[in-house]
Amino acid sequence: MIEFEHVCKRFGDHVVIDDLSLRIADGEFFVLVGPSGSGKSTLLRTVNRLIHVDAGTVRVDGEDVATRDVETLRRGIGYAIQSVGLFPHRTVAENIATVPRLLHWPEDAVRARVAELIDMLRLDEPDIADRYPHTLSGGQQQRVGVARALAARPRIVLMDEPFGALDPLTRESLQTSLKAIQRETATTILFVTHDMDEAFGLGDRVGLMLDGKLIQVGAPLAFLRHPADERVRDFVGGTRARLRELAVRTVRDSMRGGEHAEGEPVDAAASLQDALGAMLAQGRDRLPVRDGIEHVGAIVLADLVLRP
Amino acid sequence: MKRPEPLAALPVLVLSAIGLLAAAFAFLHVAPNRLLAGQAFNPHPWLWIGAWSTVMACAVFQVPRHRFVAASIAWLAVVGLPLLAGLDAQRVLVHAAPSTRVQLGAGFWLMWLAAALLLLDRLRGLRIGVQVAAWLAALALILGQGVIGVLDGLALLREWHAQRAPFAEALAGHLRLSAITLVLALLVGAPLGWWVWRRRRSDGVLVGVLAFLQTVPSLALFGLLIGPFAWLARAWPALGSLGFGGTGAAPAVFALLLYALLPVVRYTAAGLDAVPADAREAARGLGMSRAQLLLRVQLPLGWPVLLAGLRVVAVQTIGLAAVAALIGAGGLGRFVFLGIGQGATDMVLLGTLAILVLALAVDLVFQGLLALTERHA
Repeated sequence: MIEFEHVCKRFGDHVVIDDLSLRIADGEFFVLVGPSGSGKSTLLRTVNRLIHVDAGTVRVDGEDVATRDVETLRRGIGYAIQSVGLFPHRTVAENIATVPRLLHWPEDAVRARVAELIDMLRLDEPDIADRYPHTLSGGQQQRVGVARALAARPRIVLMDEPFGALDPLTRESLQTSLKAIQRETATTILFVTHDMDEAFGLGDRVGLMLDGKLIQVGAPLAFLRHPADERVRDFVGGTRARLRELAVRTVRDSMRGGEHAEGEPVDAAASLQDALGAMLAQGRDRLPVRDGIEHVGAIVLADLVLRP
Repeated sequence: MKRPEPLAALPVLVLSAIGLLAAAFAFLHVAPNRLLAGQAFNPHPWLWIGAWSTVMACAVFQVPRHRFVAASIAWLAVVGLPLLAGLDAQRVLVHAAPSTRVQLGAGFWLMWLAAALLLLDRLRGLRIGVQVAAWLAALALILGQGVIGVLDGLALLREWHAQRAPFAEALAGHLRLSAITLVLALLVGAPLGWWVWRRRRSDGVLVGVLAFLQTVPSLALFGLLIGPFAWLARAWPALGSLGFGGTGAAPAVFALLLYALLPVVRYTAAGLDAVPADAREAARGLGMSRAQLLLRVQLPLGWPVLLAGLRVVAVQTIGLAAVAALIGAGGLGRFVFLGIGQGATDMVLLGTLAILVLALAVDLVFQGLLALTERHA
C-alpha cells in the first residue's frame, strides 16, 4: 500500500507537486499519466526517497518513508527506469541478482531466483545469463531491467516510463508480460507513462496529472466515458477516446451469447479493438466468438458502434 | 596485385637517409681517459653505407619481400651495432694505455635509433606475438653480449663496472622515490578527484592551483621547498630525526606529489564521468549505499581511465625524480649531475639511459595492465 498525503515539492520557485493526496491499494496496478513536466516522475521518486518531499507524508505499508533507513527502504521496493541503467560490467545474471545479493540471500537461492526470472521474462536465448548488456537488444535489456526490479520479490514496484524507448511491437510484448506477472504475483505497481494507450491498457486505475495536481483518478473506462473536465477530455483524445475505449473493453462484454456467425473466430478475452481489426481483415460485419476451443457466441459491428 | 602505397615507403626512405648520414659521423670516440674528449674512430663506414643503401633501394624499387629485407637488416643492426662497437673497443684497447676509454659516438646512437625506428615501422601490422618475439630476441641478445663480456671495452660498461654498488643503490632509490610518490598521489589525488567530480568544479580553485603548480619549473620548486622543510624539521625535532629536512627525500617526494596531483585528480574525475548516469541512478534506486556504489559500480567502470592517468603520472614522476638528486634525494639523477660536474660524459649517459629504460619499462607494465582490464570489460 502506498499513501501520499498532502505532498508538496518545489524546485526553486517552480511547484512540481501541489498538495497531492492519493492512496494505492495492495496488489493494484496504478498508472500515473500526464505530459512531460507534470510532476509524475517526481511523485514516483518520492516513494523510494530519491526525492525528498517539502511537505506532507509518503507512507509505504503504513510507515512514513522519511523515518525508514533509506537503503533498507529501497531494497524493499523494485525500481525500473526508461534508460534501464544496467551495469555494463556485469552479466545479465549478475545484474538481475543485484538486490538479492545486497540482501545477502544464500547463493543457491539467488541462482534459482535468477533462473526463474529469466524464464518468467522470456529471456530464453541460450546462455543469455552469462552475456553482457551491450550484446542485448533494447527490448531484451529492458526485460533484464524489469527482472532486476522484481528480483527480490518486492511487494511494491516503481516503474518510470520503462517501455518509453522501445518500438511498438516490443513494447506491446513487454506490457503483456508485465501485466501477466503482476496478476500472478499480486505485486503493487506504480507505473509512470505519458502514453494514454499504455496507461489504459495496463492500469487497474489511472491517475491523470497536470501541473503537479491529480486532475482525475479512476478506472480506464470511467475516464473515457466521464472525463472530469475539458483538459481531461483533450488529453484522452476527444473523439479518439471512443477508439481507446475499444482497446479497454473485451469481446466477452459486448458479444451476443449463443448466436452464430461465419469466419475465423475471435477470442472472448480479446479487446474490441482486436475484434474490429479481425472484421476489417476478413471483410465481415460479424464474427464467431470462442472461449478456448468452445464456441460461445458472435460479435457484431453494430454493437461496437453503439454506446453501452 | 596489390597497389603500391605511395606513403608506405616514406619512413623507410627518411630513416635510411638518416642512417647514411650517420655513417659520416664518428662511430666511436677514443679518449686518453674518462674526462678528456676523444678522437673520432670510424672503422667500417662502407658496411653502414652498404646496409642503408640496400634498405633504401629495396623501398625505392619495391623488390619482392622488401618489407622482410628491411625488417631483417634493421633487426640485425639493432643487435649488431652494439656487438661491433664492443669488438672494435676490444681491438683498440689491446694496444692502448689502461686509462684509455672507447666511447660510443653520435654515429652509433643515430644509426641505432634509426634502426630501432625502422624495425618498429616494418613490424607494424604483423601479429603482436611476432613483434614481441622480435623485440625480446633483440633485447636478450644485447643483454647476452653484456653478460659474456663482449661489451666490456666500452666506456659506458666500464663506468658501470666501476660504480656497480652506487648504481644499484641509485636505481633502488629512484624506484623508491617514484613508488612512494605514486602511492601518495593515488591516496591524496583520488579523493580530491572524487570531490571535484561531485562538485562539478573541474574549473575550480583546486584544479587551478594544481595547474599553476605544473608551470613552476621543477628545479625552482625543489629549491623553494628547502626553506619550509628545514623550518619544519627545526620546529619538530622528531620529524628531523626521521630524516625529514630541507633536503633529502621528504621535500623531493612532496614536490613530485604536487606535480602528480593534477593528472590524478583530472583522470579520477574523468573516470567517474565515464560511468553512465543511468547505471548510477539505478544503483541508488535499488538500494546501494554510497560506498557500495563506489566499490561495485564507479570503481570497476572508471578504473581503466584512472589507470591510464596513473601511467602518465608514473612516467612523468620517473623523469622528474632525476632532478630530485639536486636536493640530495638520491636516485639516478645523481649520476647525471655528478657526471655533468666532473665532465664525465659516460656517467651522464649511464644515468640518463637507466632513467629512460626505467620509464619505458614502467610504461610497458601499465600498458599490460590496461590491456588486461580492457579484455575483462
